[in-house]
Amino acid sequence: MRGLRLHPCGNYRERYEQELTIFETDFGRLWACVGLFVLFVIVPLVSKSYWLYVMNTIGVATIAAIGLNILIGFTGQISLGHGAFFGVGAYAAAILGTKLAVPFWISVPAAGVATALVGMVFGIPSVRLKHLYLTIATLAGQLIVEYLMVHWKGLTGGPSGISLPSATILGLGIKGDTAFFWVIFGCLAVMTWLAINLFRTRYGRAFVAIRDNDRAAEGMGIPIFRYKLLSFGISSFYAGVAGALWAYYTASITPEPFNLFLSIQYIAMIIIGGLGSISGSVFGAIFITMLNESLSWITQYLMNVPALSGVALTIAPLREFVFGLAIVLFIIFEPRGLAEVWRILRSSFRLWPFAY
Amino acid sequence: MELFLKLFVNGLSIGFLYALSALGFVMIFKSSSVLNFAHGQLLAMGAFIFLVLSVWLKLPIVIAFVLTLAGSFALGFIIERFFLRPLIGEALIQVIMLTVGLAAMFKGLMLFVFGGNLHNYPEFLPEALSLRWGAVYIPSVYVATFIIGLLFLGVFGFFFKYSSQGIYMRSVADNQPAALSLGVHVRRVFALSWAIAAMVAAMSGIVLGIMNGINVHELSAIGLKVFPVVILGGLDSIGGAILGGVIIGLLETFTGGYVSTSLREVIPYVILVLILLVRPYGLFGLVEIERV
Repeated sequence: MRGLRLHPCGNYRERYEQELTIFETDFGRLWACVGLFVLFVIVPLVSKSYWLYVMNTIGVATIAAIGLNILIGFTGQISLGHGAFFGVGAYAAAILGTKLAVPFWISVPAAGVATALVGMVFGIPSVRLKHLYLTIATLAGQLIVEYLMVHWKGLTGGPSGISLPSATILGLGIKGDTAFFWVIFGCLAVMTWLAINLFRTRYGRAFVAIRDNDRAAEGMGIPIFRYKLLSFGISSFYAGVAGALWAYYTASITPEPFNLFLSIQYIAMIIIGGLGSISGSVFGAIFITMLNESLSWITQYLMNVPALSGVALTIAPLREFVFGLAIVLFIIFEPRGLAEVWRILRSSFRLWPFAY
Repeated sequence: MELFLKLFVNGLSIGFLYALSALGFVMIFKSSSVLNFAHGQLLAMGAFIFLVLSVWLKLPIVIAFVLTLAGSFALGFIIERFFLRPLIGEALIQVIMLTVGLAAMFKGLMLFVFGGNLHNYPEFLPEALSLRWGAVYIPSVYVATFIIGLLFLGVFGFFFKYSSQGIYMRSVADNQPAALSLGVHVRRVFALSWAIAAMVAAMSGIVLGIMNGINVHELSAIGLKVFPVVILGGLDSIGGAILGGVIIGLLETFTGGYVSTSLREVIPYVILVLILLVRPYGLFGLVEIERV
């Protein structure tokens, strides 16, 4: 019977299906529903515009981070081009929206598909390359895409960028932070659900097998190249959708934000959050976005103090330093990231009051 | 023809610099198979240490140079000891990510201390070093670069061939477990290779600083230029790195001179992708054959 049950004190899983379940008890399901209700109904009503903006940023970052985690954390292929793919999605949405006048609800997934294709082009070197070389290939991809964004003026508008039309769904105009909150978090919920379930299918398991030992995976009959390419495609699709949403949200895009540093930010997100964990991507996106915001609060605060405004200008570059430091510290001291901290917390709670 | 010669000389000297920068990178990769994404930052660190010593503290050039090399040696040692060593035996992803993190850290730190502006060294190279053949004029910086570069290559050639530490380093690069079983102190070799790599990087940083001025962003970008160079030459081949550097340098200047100046920034990476598709082990790299 699958009635209301509390968590057993300890791990009593016996079969693989039990290992795969997302919600072990109906309480988990209940809490998930409550959480979704709070997120979609209560949060937008009570939050101020600035906080909605922050949360939207987190939402977009989370979608992209989940994509990168599928590639790095689950398939073991390191990509340094995720920022560029995010940009490709943004530009694809902008070009579809302006030049071809494609409506919002088509142009976002279409941008995702376009980005997936671009990502797969840079995944092609994985035919014969192991991750080390692949990292370099994606680095080249990042720099080439950056170059094209600035210099292919006919398509991208060059350094001045593109302004997007306002988004509409079924005739309803999507304007303002609240409307975008629903759209972004709706997409996020769907894509998180897809990602979680991806790793309960044979495709997801093949990805994990390739990560753990690609030779063994090939020996067991997994066509490595096809799956690596698929992983690249899925990962870029997530980046593309996130980029497209971001483009519509900010209403105009320029090439600058989509640089190597953005790629490094996404890598920082999934390392700090936890490689190979969907919830880790969420934690990482929240952590990095909040880090970004709090650094700009500090700068702003110092700017308003007349004696310290000089200091405020000099600490701006420290943002990069703090990111780097966060990556380094997490790799050395908690290589599995915040998701592991969360797991330890949960399991100690589950075992309470026993020690183990 | 004049343009061609000018571009050729220019390309050769830039390529030589790339080769020099790639040298340290290859050294780290060879001994510890770590892809060092912080190499450009090491370059910039060296250039800035030299700037502080020679301009801010007004030390004589030679002393400043020697102190910079010593400082970078120590820096490389410290990086290995405190950041890389805890990760020995960890997955490659972690190590690569660590160098990416280090790169961001160093870059932020340098931007904080020195700002994003262009700094310059005072003129200290004697004009007598410059060469002139008819229309072709080679500034003294290039000549000095060439001489210093050759000197370094010679010293390293001897170091690897004859000194015991050099032989240990080669043995670790060749086969780490075998070297371990023969009693080679592998951790010391790692530390030494990072220290030497940082030293070589500092040297190339100084030379680049003399040529183009010192700017955190530009010097860090050189660290990315290293990738096309080493991939073209073969990731684990020092000779390949030199040839790759020269080829990429020539390619860049010729593209810049004849095709378009903006294209020159991206052409090495286009080449990089093509090489990875066609011949990933580069010109002289070790061909790894893997069968299932």
